[in-house]
Amino acid sequence: MKRRNFIQQTTAATALATIGGLTLPSFMSASKATKITILHTNDVHSHIDPFGPEDGRNPNKGGIARRASLVQDIRNENPNTLLLDAGDIFQGTPYFNYYGGELEFKLMSKLKYDAATIGNHDFDNGIDGLYAQLPHAKFDFISANYDFSNTVLDSHVEPYKIYIKDGIRIGVFGIGIELDGLVIKDLYKETVYLNPIEIAQDMSRILKEDEHCDLVICLSHIGYEYKNNAEKPSDLLLAESTKNIDLIIGGHTHTFLPRPTIVKNIVDKDVLVNQVGCYGINLGRIDFFFDSDKNKTANGTSIIV
Amino acid sequence: MNFKPLFAILFLVTICSCKQEPQQLTRIEGKLIAITDSIETDASIEAFVKPYRDHINKDMDSVICFARNTYSKSDGELNTAIGNLFADVIFEQTNPVFKQRTGKDIDMVLVNHGGIRSIISKGDITARTAFEIMPFENSVVVAAIKGSQVNQLIAYLVEAKRAHPIAKLKIVLDINNDLFEASINNKPIDTSKIYYVATNDYLYNGGDGMNFFKPSDSLYILNYKIRNTFLDYFGKMDTINPVIDDRFIKLKK
Repeated sequence: MKRRNFIQQTTAATALATIGGLTLPSFMSASKATKITILHTNDVHSHIDPFGPEDGRNPNKGGIARRASLVQDIRNENPNTLLLDAGDIFQGTPYFNYYGGELEFKLMSKLKYDAATIGNHDFDNGIDGLYAQLPHAKFDFISANYDFSNTVLDSHVEPYKIYIKDGIRIGVFGIGIELDGLVIKDLYKETVYLNPIEIAQDMSRILKEDEHCDLVICLSHIGYEYKNNAEKPSDLLLAESTKNIDLIIGGHTHTFLPRPTIVKNIVDKDVLVNQVGCYGINLGRIDFFFDSDKNKTANGTSIIV
Repeated sequence: MNFKPLFAILFLVTICSCKQEPQQLTRIEGKLIAITDSIETDASIEAFVKPYRDHINKDMDSVICFARNTYSKSDGELNTAIGNLFADVIFEQTNPVFKQRTGKDIDMVLVNHGGIRSIISKGDITARTAFEIMPFENSVVVAAIKGSQVNQLIAYLVEAKRAHPIAKLKIVLDINNDLFEASINNKPIDTSKIYYVATNDYLYNGGDGMNFFKPSDSLYILNYKIRNTFLDYFGKMDTINPVIDDRFIKLKK
């Protein structure tokens, strides 16, 4: 990207030199502002209907039909919106037991989800059960640290995807939790788990340096934090051990964060880590404001959470 | 005079001059939006879900059995009526499957107290009851383990002093909560013998700290979900009336 800018600016300078005083100076200060909205859910666990009024914990909360209208309102306000899910779409209500995830995927497609990563419970009907539902999903599955080469999911899951919204390149890569001990091998079969932190280091470099992404998002199902097991890969650990990631959208630990956590990465830059609990009772929203106005860009990036 | 080159240059300049500076990230705002009943319901999504919901409700709410009483896993100390039902249903439903496949009988059953996810209420039992008590997809597995491992299993239960559902295994504690005796089929545990222990895949893999199933001599995966053992059992019974019994007790003196 840097190189391309340089070339374009050189061309402009040459032209200016040629034409001399014929330019219209007012054009030179034209600035552009773009807002990218990232909406996200995690661990929805087949919760399609809202909780009833008598529910002990989450009365009258959640429900995909409400999420649909909320997402639509936000898209109407800002078409440059991505909708992402951090895994564990399956398991938790009879909708999954009866229909095996078909309804979850169909509804997420109707809400125009862009991408999801894969949680441990998404293997609950086996990797074959997940594969069987893929035709119902009109969104991308992304996971960089599960090697599916020797499974039916080979070529159906991408390590990362790049979404371009109003010229802004948004790179999203997926990260999943170690399956051994959490899911029986019969279900995940020949899926190979790779170290999420090492893979995240690779992915963020590829997305930033090779793919020139303006935003890098990690869609993670490894869990927010493991206080009693500091070595176990978590979103906080991943944030501290990498660079070039702007946002980590997490799942697995059903962590309710009232606001995103700000973590310093390995080069002392801010990373946002967010997770919105479970069962579709919340929607996370992160707005990224891009601007070409030098007065605004000179001050770096401010974070309001 | 030909103005074409001049226009071309002017056009080029205009284009290039209008080119913006590269955009930089200047601000990030993050927040949580609660999905509450104040948010409008999308009618088309609701209409799409309805036939699925109606089908499930019709199926789930049909009465398949009757509970003589209300049974809760907190009613009882070392064994509970609902826990005994859990373990006995697993034995009754899966032993024929195991026997047909291997020619052997299951020696005992162990699942976990935490795996009973709901009470069974007095009155009608529906399919929904089976989903409430067992929402997870765990399946029954039979592990062939040594008598010495069965002793570890017993030590775990003695240590836990919790009403983990068991069947065919009997444990008696003395007044000091130490093991007084343990037996399977009225015989003490034979450390040289292989026992066929039915449990679920989660516990076999060390769930709830149950580390005594591995290494196992062999593992039989029955492809029979715990929930389905209940659905099948409720379907064939008119009434259930499980009781607290003497399978895991403490001597009074």
